[in-house]
Amino acid sequence: MTSVPLLGHASLDEIFAWRPAGTVRVRDFLAEVAALAGRLPAGNNLLNVCQDRYRFTVGFAAGLISGKTSLQPASQSAETLRQIQAACPDVVCLCDDDFDTLDLPRLDFPVNATVNPEKVAKIPVVPAEQIAACLFTSGSTGRPTPHTKTWGRLVKNARAEASRLGLFAQTHSIVGTVPAQHSYGFESTVLLALHGNAPFWSGRPFYPQDIVCSLNAVPPPRLLVTTPFHLAALLSAGLEVPTVDLLLSATAPLSPQLAAEAESRLAAPLLEIYGSTESGQLASRRTTAGPTWELLADVQLDQADEQTHEQTNNQSDEQANNLTAAFGGHVEGRVGLSDIIEILDNRHFLLHGRHADVVNIAGKRTSLAYLNHQIAAIPGVVDAAFFLPDDETPDGITRLAAFVVAPGLDNRQLIAALRQRVDPIFLPRPLVLLEKLPRNSTGKLPRTQLQTLYAATLKHAGR
Amino acid sequence: MSPEVSPETIEALLPEVAELIVSALNLDMAASEIEPDAPLFGDGLGLDSIDVLEIALVISKRYGFQLRSDNQDNLRIFSSLRALATHIASQRAK
Repeated sequence: MTSVPLLGHASLDEIFAWRPAGTVRVRDFLAEVAALAGRLPAGNNLLNVCQDRYRFTVGFAAGLISGKTSLQPASQSAETLRQIQAACPDVVCLCDDDFDTLDLPRLDFPVNATVNPEKVAKIPVVPAEQIAACLFTSGSTGRPTPHTKTWGRLVKNARAEASRLGLFAQTHSIVGTVPAQHSYGFESTVLLALHGNAPFWSGRPFYPQDIVCSLNAVPPPRLLVTTPFHLAALLSAGLEVPTVDLLLSATAPLSPQLAAEAESRLAAPLLEIYGSTESGQLASRRTTAGPTWELLADVQLDQADEQTHEQTNNQSDEQANNLTAAFGGHVEGRVGLSDIIEILDNRHFLLHGRHADVVNIAGKRTSLAYLNHQIAAIPGVVDAAFFLPDDETPDGITRLAAFVVAPGLDNRQLIAALRQRVDPIFLPRPLVLLEKLPRNSTGKLPRTQLQTLYAATLKHAGR
Repeated sequence: MSPEVSPETIEALLPEVAELIVSALNLDMAASEIEPDAPLFGDGLGLDSIDVLEIALVISKRYGFQLRSDNQDNLRIFSSLRALATHIASQRAK
């Protein structure tokens, strides 16, 4: 069986990361990984909810060298924790703050164990076929859908990305505004630090002023791993930003206007990454250079038939989400994509938006089917439908609406019940209570009907 | 938190900050409906991290200071309308 090293570094004395306390060398990192690995309980699954990027990575690596899988759900709601616990009864939570793990067993940083960094002799290796991580999407049936990733393919993904970003030619310091657990942050901060020649900053800056301080805490050249939402906030704050050498954006489409403004204000090229939790990263583009995406090394696309531009008008129809599939390179098997894609040649394609059922708000993805399932499962709800209004502004955040028939329940009770089930970002704003939904004779609820209801709601609210 | 901010100053700031929240987030409610001591997150007003960033931007523009999350005050600042108004009163540029 082939093995792949835990780290791509050539020397134990290279810099692995920066923390507020200072530089972390590869040997310091490995010593902490070994110490934590010695304290991990039995069981094959680790739910790593650490907020600190460095601690998350220590936990991930300690699990990896102990043969454990890192479980990375799309949300950390109580309902999700219950579902994870049901699917993986041996799960243990690794925490670095007072996150509520319900009654799941937990292990908290700091761990009471040390290994002398100077005694670290080599970089551990991990079987390429070992399941290193399991990322979850929300699925449409109400249960999180697991997507397993082998260590060999994760490393291949990181190397393909690092190569595209030019990191092997020039190391960059990463500052990331995205969480380590979600696919984009996992790939573009954690995996790039492990195998992409790019040490990261341990924090996760949130406010524009935090981003500025984090950039100042690491040496140039710097790579800012962010989203359209955080980028727009940073530019809008009008702060003096330290030199950035490369900008990376993903999770939601970035408008050419925002990309051009970012490149001009920050004097750095901006690359967008296209990918999904299911497939890993697939392609990149320089947004200001045009709409064409270029596939990462060895990745290929293929389409089952030519109906790629057909949008369905009926949201309750079965969605044809598997029209375009990705395969090859680091992609695990053949993975269907939820976007409408026009293939230009064997390395390039255009994106024409998402299939009608897919919801992406500030980079968090789910489906209307999933949300409708969750709200219908609340006791007292007779009928309900979520609705995603058309985008008002390209880089703004569009919120969901929901129309609900639930005699005996009020708005507040419904939102409280939903909060237990879905990520707060998907809570409807507004939630409108109705006597019945305008279903047609076959029981379907066309999007045009919901559009009309939504317009009436806005009018009523005086907007 | 600066000790010199009087409760009257904070009280006077409440309607303004409530109005700012409602308009920044396009909330489907009147500013006067936000209870000064109810939680802004969770079962109160139900804000999320996206909202916090939107509000932070408006606050920095209106009151001339930047919010930071490197201290443990962050959660407390957004715990209620009164807590937010108190923070603004103590931080705003003269």
